[in-house]
Amino acid sequence: MKKIPQTPFDVNQIRRDFPILSKKINGKPLIYFDNAATTQKSEKVIDAVCQYYKYDNANIHRGVHTLSETATAIYEKTREKVKTFLNAKESDEIIYVRGTTEAINLVANSYGRQFLEEGDEIILSEMEHHSNIVPWQQLCDEKKLKLRVIPINDKGELLLDEFEKLICPRTKFISIVYISNSLGTINPIKQIIHKAHEHEIPVLVDGAQSTSHMMVDVQDLDCDFYTISGHKLYGPTGIGVLYGKKHLLEKMPPYQGGGDMIRSVSFKKTTYNVLPNKFEAGTPNIAGVVGLGAAVDYINTIGLDVIAHYEHDLFKYATNTLSNIDGLKIIGTAADKTAVISFLCGDIHPHDIGTILDHNGIAIRAGHHCTQPLMERLGLTATARVSLAFYNTKSEIDYFAESIPNLFRIFS
Amino acid sequence: MSNLNDIYQEMILDHNKSPRNFKQMENPTQHLEGYNPLCGDKLTIYLCIKDDIIEDISFTGSGCAISKASASIMTDKLKGKTKLEAEAVFHAAHDMLTGKIKDKDDILKQGNLAALSGISQFPMRIKCATLAWHTLHAALNGAHQTISTE
Repeated sequence: MKKIPQTPFDVNQIRRDFPILSKKINGKPLIYFDNAATTQKSEKVIDAVCQYYKYDNANIHRGVHTLSETATAIYEKTREKVKTFLNAKESDEIIYVRGTTEAINLVANSYGRQFLEEGDEIILSEMEHHSNIVPWQQLCDEKKLKLRVIPINDKGELLLDEFEKLICPRTKFISIVYISNSLGTINPIKQIIHKAHEHEIPVLVDGAQSTSHMMVDVQDLDCDFYTISGHKLYGPTGIGVLYGKKHLLEKMPPYQGGGDMIRSVSFKKTTYNVLPNKFEAGTPNIAGVVGLGAAVDYINTIGLDVIAHYEHDLFKYATNTLSNIDGLKIIGTAADKTAVISFLCGDIHPHDIGTILDHNGIAIRAGHHCTQPLMERLGLTATARVSLAFYNTKSEIDYFAESIPNLFRIFS
Repeated sequence: MSNLNDIYQEMILDHNKSPRNFKQMENPTQHLEGYNPLCGDKLTIYLCIKDDIIEDISFTGSGCAISKASASIMTDKLKGKTKLEAEAVFHAAHDMLTGKIKDKDDILKQGNLAALSGISQFPMRIKCATLAWHTLHAALNGAHQTISTE
């Protein structure tokens, strides 16, 4: 299914594919360690978007003219690509959305409103991103549902025993993150889904972070919904994917009304289109889809297994290097982790760490990472975060490590 | 290019390390919480105002070096000032932090506040520095609910 790379992984070659990586920041070579926020775009992705706007731009599913046919073909071909990428059964199960946030909102609004009733319970975890909390809270307020939260231990691992205790006859939905954007914890998603399905509870997997770091097979996971943000997968912003099992998507009402999602409209009655159009009201982000397709192609030419292997090696190197820095404390020490390292340096505030590292050309994230409940659980207001991608190198990590003593010197 | 020394001036680092008036006030006449939702930083400003004079001012909270130092410098500057004078200092500080005061002599005229002048070159950090000042301004104008930088 995934292509085997033609040549061994050569990070310097890879880096040349990303124009931004040759940029200087504050006079220093850019070291981009903020990949969990958004990833950089390869020339292939940028060119594909350019090419589309320059030579192929037209609306889809509407015109009978050649350009519209071309645009429609690219749009639907990408759906096939994503289907193969996730190993979904059918391309109808791939719904284009703006990103993970919209995907979760879609499921909460459509599935949640239709099938959950007063007193029902939804299970989330303590390490969720706000985007996997707030839509459910809004639904809970509206329908008088209850949110139940799987606690974590101090290392940042889910307490699976507690999870099992939370399951009850009123549990009607589970929505959970695969890889934590704040801690890098890889959750035992397959096990959680298996347990949930024993009780016939559908599970949404927030794949915002996981999709770029590991091979995901939605049929193997057996998840009911899976979400992707294109911009965290080396694609453009404003495009993402909701995967849903066909039998669930089919019984769900539309999320938004408008063009393309209807079969026929009259003032007496409107009938809805079939999947996937039912969930794609209005002119979509066609250029975004084109870019996403190019990103998937690009990843496939390298191979996600090769990427995962390289990144994990890099992650281990970074963890070792950072562990050896006096005064630096890693937050989140789960046994199964990848790509993300949150840390603190003494009592220096993460924002100050961020500003000072930026001065050395190093882009990291500082703050609560849109996971305030997790920060509260850990007794923190913020962390500094390094998040890696396959274009990062060990020498970048070394340079990062060499920048830390100066940080302590400034605040001594 | 912005210079790191512009933002992390010695005075800023000193006020961060040993913040002045960094304590909860026993019987304040006013107190108000300020919140920066972008970073989650919170601080509370306490005021003891008698006959329109700020007899005492203090703050508590957690935040970065910039927000803490800015609050500390602010309390130092305002103790003993009338409300009207405090209002004028607020506007001067605000103009300094948002880069509206550019002339070097004008900056130096502001005394300790001059230490805040470099922050305007770091747009992502301006709100860290203005948090204390906006909270103070709202407290002086009778606000009771937590104020937000957003």
